[in-house]
Amino acid sequence: MTRSFVFRNPSVLIFLALLALFTLGVTAVSEGFGVGLMSTSFVKTLGKTLCLALVAVAMDLVWGYCGILSLGHFAFFGLGGYMIGMWLMYERTRGIVETSLAEAPIPPTPQEVVDAIGNQIFGVVGSSDFPLVWSFADSLTIQLFLVVALPGLLALIFGWLAFRSRVTGVYLSILTQAMTLALSLYLFQNDSGLRGNNGLSGLQNLPGLNAVPQSTVSVWFLWASALALGLGYLLAAWVVSGKFGSVVRGIRDNEARVRFLGYSVESYKLVIFTLTAMIAGIAGALYYPQAGIINPAEIAPIASIYLAVWVAIGGRGRLYGAVIGAVFVSLISTWFTGGQAPDVNLGFYTVKWVDWWLIVLGLSFVLVTLFAPKGIGGLFDLIADRRRPDRHGDDLGPDQGSLREKEAVE
Amino acid sequence: MKGQLLEVSGVSVSFDGFRAINNLSFTIGPAEMRAIIGPNGAGKTTFMDIVTGKTRPDAGRVLWGEKSINLIGMNEARIAREGIGRKFQRPTVFEDQSIQDNLLMAVKNKRGPFPVLIYRPAAQDQARVEELAAQIGLADQLSRKSGELSHGQKQWLEIGMLLAQEPRLLLVDEPAAGMTLAEREHTTDILVEAARTRAVVVVEHDMDFVRRLNCKVTVLHEGAVLAEGSLDHVTANQQVIDVYLGR
Ligand SMILES: Nc1ncnc2c1ncn2[C@@H]1O[C@H](COP(=O)(O)OP(=O)(O)OP(=O)(O)O)[C@@H](O)[C@H]1O
Ligand SMILES: [Mg+2]
Repeated sequence: MTRSFVFRNPSVLIFLALLALFTLGVTAVSEGFGVGLMSTSFVKTLGKTLCLALVAVAMDLVWGYCGILSLGHFAFFGLGGYMIGMWLMYERTRGIVETSLAEAPIPPTPQEVVDAIGNQIFGVVGSSDFPLVWSFADSLTIQLFLVVALPGLLALIFGWLAFRSRVTGVYLSILTQAMTLALSLYLFQNDSGLRGNNGLSGLQNLPGLNAVPQSTVSVWFLWASALALGLGYLLAAWVVSGKFGSVVRGIRDNEARVRFLGYSVESYKLVIFTLTAMIAGIAGALYYPQAGIINPAEIAPIASIYLAVWVAIGGRGRLYGAVIGAVFVSLISTWFTGGQAPDVNLGFYTVKWVDWWLIVLGLSFVLVTLFAPKGIGGLFDLIADRRRPDRHGDDLGPDQGSLREKEAVE
Repeated sequence: MKGQLLEVSGVSVSFDGFRAINNLSFTIGPAEMRAIIGPNGAGKTTFMDIVTGKTRPDAGRVLWGEKSINLIGMNEARIAREGIGRKFQRPTVFEDQSIQDNLLMAVKNKRGPFPVLIYRPAAQDQARVEELAAQIGLADQLSRKSGELSHGQKQWLEIGMLLAQEPRLLLVDEPAAGMTLAEREHTTDILVEAARTRAVVVVEHDMDFVRRLNCKVTVLHEGAVLAEGSLDHVTANQQVIDVYLGR
């Protein structure tokens, strides 16, 4: 079964091989494990990029295959980040607090330790009590479970309400965007319990592993991100390969027709929406420890819009297209906005990329949508000669004696 | 009513005050062919919309099967799973997918997301797909994208998908549109064959086609039944001539 699956989808194998090569290559030139040609911060950038590719694969499943233009998947990504961030911050702070209290003449009671951790974490928002949402922050197992479960549950509830009332198209997009906005505004508040606009920080330090240098940790995370991307890609490819994929693409192209075949369109949408939210959560949980910090601005609707732009530029409806889009656009965005790109002096005006990049990106999005709807991934059709002649049947039977168009329309 | 597969009684529906279906009653038996004719806008398609759950009527009942369950209020997917299949007036196939995929999606099997997710084509399903493809003259084109088919072939593919569902009632809206004479004759054969074991309702404007179906005919006009009987009987009816045939 597995063999025939890979056989039917050679692109999966190629992708996995390239991903493995890439990971080995980066490891070989990293500071932590290799010859040290690549800076640790760039290893982190690449690791983060793999996470973005994973959330783009999720976005492609939900948008490119199922036709739901969700502007909420970066919120699920952020939630995953917050869930792991809580444990990282709690445990690390506990380590620090315990070391400092150990010097005290009287050994601290467990409650004193907890109070001191609370003081450390919530001091910035003028509080020291642990909010309810931090109840499980000391348990890695539970927080890891929440990385998947919380985005999944939110998507399930939201999707159930939205799909059941048959909200589709642009209205659904607006609704998902509203959800994202509400979530980010809520998190901005100090009393949300997640440190308001300060967010969670210091996430790059792994509790109990203070002795391990970041150059090593960064490669670990690169591996973990590559593994997650590989598995997520495989899962997505498997999901869309068989009859399920047929039904889902059918929903994208003509959901009413799918209903008349007896498929409950709403359940399918719900499955896809929830599954992809969970994948997004995992991607976020791997991303933010590499970024080191998460705050509510990361969840703002614009992030989810970027996600859609990546997938559109890469080519939706094909998984490698999503990966290409995310990797290409996010890396080049970093380059342009990071100030590395040289300014262009036109004599009368100097183009500063930091200011102009967004405009270039927006323009390319419009151009791709208009002139190359298949995106960058469409180039592979040319190379692989998979491009079929753009044949489609005559609108009405070509032969003499058939009814004419006007007779067949309602 | 005993022994009927579908019983529509006293159904009415208005769109913005316009009565598209007006106190319509209609029954069909378990293995019966029925043709519905009538002028444009008579409500033929709307009738199918009501039976398949797409349009909810303002009044009336639609009873189905031995247990006479009421179909009104059920969603489209549920009604389809009850055994009512529908072919649309304009052929609607999944153009982006192969003929194989189109047919396989329609073949009767579990429809829930999880069974479908782990579904792998069984040998008998593949055999069924090939058998249907042969029946609709597309046997050697299974891997072709259905968007490339001609209009008549799309009509057939849709009929094939309909048969694949193994419904107990087939609602077929203008199956012969866009077909050559030979294709139309073949379509008649497929439908007549299907009607041996199940109920088939065919909406068609082409009188020669209806004649070849050789079945009871119902004439709709302004959302109600105007006449019913053999084709010769209804075509002799003066009212029918006035509103439909005499155009
Ligand atoms: N959803 C709708 N909203 C408004 N009016 C509608 C709707 N559906 C149908 N109608 C109207 O109801 C009437 C009956 O339409 P219907 O499509 O059932 O006719 P028909 O008998 O199938 O005609 P034709 O032979 O042209 O296919 C028409 O006047 C149509 O404009
Ligand atoms: Mg009609």
